[in-house]
Amino acid sequence: MAGEIQNPIIRVRDITVQFGSTRVLDGLNLDVKRGEILGFVGPSGAGKSVLTRTIIGLVPKVAGSIEVFGVDLDSSNTSQRRNVERRWGVLFQQGALFSSLTVRQNIQFPMREYLRVSQRLMDEITMAKLTMVGLKPEVAERFPSELSGGMIKRVALARALSLDPDLVFLDEPTSGLDPIGAGDFDELVRTLQRTLGLTVFMVTHDLDSLYTACDRIAVLGNGKIIAAGSIADMQASQHPWLRQYFHGKRARAVMG
Amino acid sequence: MSSDPKLERIAKGNALALCATGTWTASFAPVLERMVADAEKLAGGQQSIFIDVSEVAKLDTFGAWLIERLRRSLTNGPVEAQIAGLSANYSSLVDEVRRVRATAVVDSGTVTITGMLEQIGRTVAGIGGTVAGLVDMLGAVLAAGFRVLIHPRSFRLTSTVHHMEQVCWRAVPIIVLITFLIGCIIAQQGIFHFRRFGADIFVVDMLGVLVLREIGVLLVAIMVAGRSGSAYTAELGSMKMREEIDALRTMGFDPIEVLVLPRMMALVLALPILAFLGAMAALYGGGLVAWLYGGVEPEAFLLRLRDAISIDHFIVGIVKAPVMAAVIGIVACVEGLAVQGSAESLGQHTTASVVKGIFFVIVMDGVFAIFFASIGM
Repeated sequence: MAGEIQNPIIRVRDITVQFGSTRVLDGLNLDVKRGEILGFVGPSGAGKSVLTRTIIGLVPKVAGSIEVFGVDLDSSNTSQRRNVERRWGVLFQQGALFSSLTVRQNIQFPMREYLRVSQRLMDEITMAKLTMVGLKPEVAERFPSELSGGMIKRVALARALSLDPDLVFLDEPTSGLDPIGAGDFDELVRTLQRTLGLTVFMVTHDLDSLYTACDRIAVLGNGKIIAAGSIADMQASQHPWLRQYFHGKRARAVMG
Repeated sequence: MSSDPKLERIAKGNALALCATGTWTASFAPVLERMVADAEKLAGGQQSIFIDVSEVAKLDTFGAWLIERLRRSLTNGPVEAQIAGLSANYSSLVDEVRRVRATAVVDSGTVTITGMLEQIGRTVAGIGGTVAGLVDMLGAVLAAGFRVLIHPRSFRLTSTVHHMEQVCWRAVPIIVLITFLIGCIIAQQGIFHFRRFGADIFVVDMLGVLVLREIGVLLVAIMVAGRSGSAYTAELGSMKMREEIDALRTMGFDPIEVLVLPRMMALVLALPILAFLGAMAALYGGGLVAWLYGGVEPEAFLLRLRDAISIDHFIVGIVKAPVMAAVIGIVACVEGLAVQGSAESLGQHTTASVVKGIFFVIVMDGVFAIFFASIGM
């Protein structure tokens, strides 16, 4: 356990992912440190979501190794793997809420599976989670089809957080939100990271999120990490795509 | 690192002091809840109440909430329970939890007799709605059909051909296989029982009449309802769920014309073809069994078949096919467009589509039987 504190929480080594003959990730290396919010950017179609899904185990890899919480996911047995899965939460791009369950049931779903907790405590914790993500308690009995896009993201985040994970994956959490909603969401991620001591792996396209929420930024290009570091490092970089990304019209608007 | 959590009372004069230690996290929730419930009973008459959490090794939302729950229930009247010794790490979490308003959750899942009766009543009343919905869709499809007749260029040929491939061409193997087997079974059973009366050859009459008039088309219609009706409902339903149908409408397209009409056309054309192929396969299967199992030579079988059946039998069978196809298509499209936002709703409507489709096919078959009997066919 002691070693885990120094070691990165996610350690990706030489990952290669291939769909047919297209190589999406090509010998990629990445570390995510404990307690940081890592923003993950790159051009559309570069494989950001693929990397996320590979780490979570939804996409098979051709080569390389992935360690999460110091557990190698390839050589781990079922119980070790379940233990790791219990400690992470995932927010999918479209929310991926269970459409036939209410918000309350969605948030309680992982609790029911992994914990032996009374219904009363589950209900109370659900309310606590809803408050944390900035939703009113009335939302609890609604179905996902009755929620707005921003609310779906918030409920999905509440579900991702329902087991008090140490690590959350956010796949474009602010896409499809209005700028104020997106700003609130960034704020929310920051607050939760502080209060719950989360490590956050965030795939994003939102320059605002990168500036306000992220501690460190990693950039994906040509199947590899082309740069990783603070926002200042990114701005100083001479890489053509980075220059365009961080010195383009929209970036200037964000920096004011 | 994960030591068992404890909540102990410390003697402190007229004050109630509770000291929490160990790991207060979700995995210890059952123990924690019991301890908190026990501690709640200690309240009463003290001048000040403290919950000391300085010894807590690890805290998460569950633990923080339980401490907050304890604090709330110990607070009575003027004496407010205090949380003491909170480390900087966890104070923001406790503050966060403190903002939670305790609201009772209403559980609507209880089943009562009146509720069940109400459900039955609503279902019965819903039957009228179902029929109205079918008539509505029939009207909409016919109206769209007439519009297409007036403006033939708006007919979606590509889409129709695509659906023809799905519901007709790709259905051929399974339909032929199943009807072939049914033909075999009918012939085998017929021969087995007729043999006792020395009436083996009449199995040909039975097979011919049964397959051409009834079984051929009915069986194929039921299979198509299960195979293609469900597919139509699922396709339209998931399009409805993802607002694709609304998108069509806002672009000025009529969903009936774009989505429903090609599917209906494909089905109405496909079912007679499949029914014909099915009838042929069943006759072939029956003939094969009659030959191999019953010893009826193929020449004798064909001769007998020519005597036993007339073109009327075939017409009676095949005329029903397009009507049944229309019924299946309309039911499937009505159900598909009735899908609400959830996956569960999609499942319910797909089930309803198949069940209602098969039901109406059998009802139609009965209506046809009465009709043909009255006109003497």
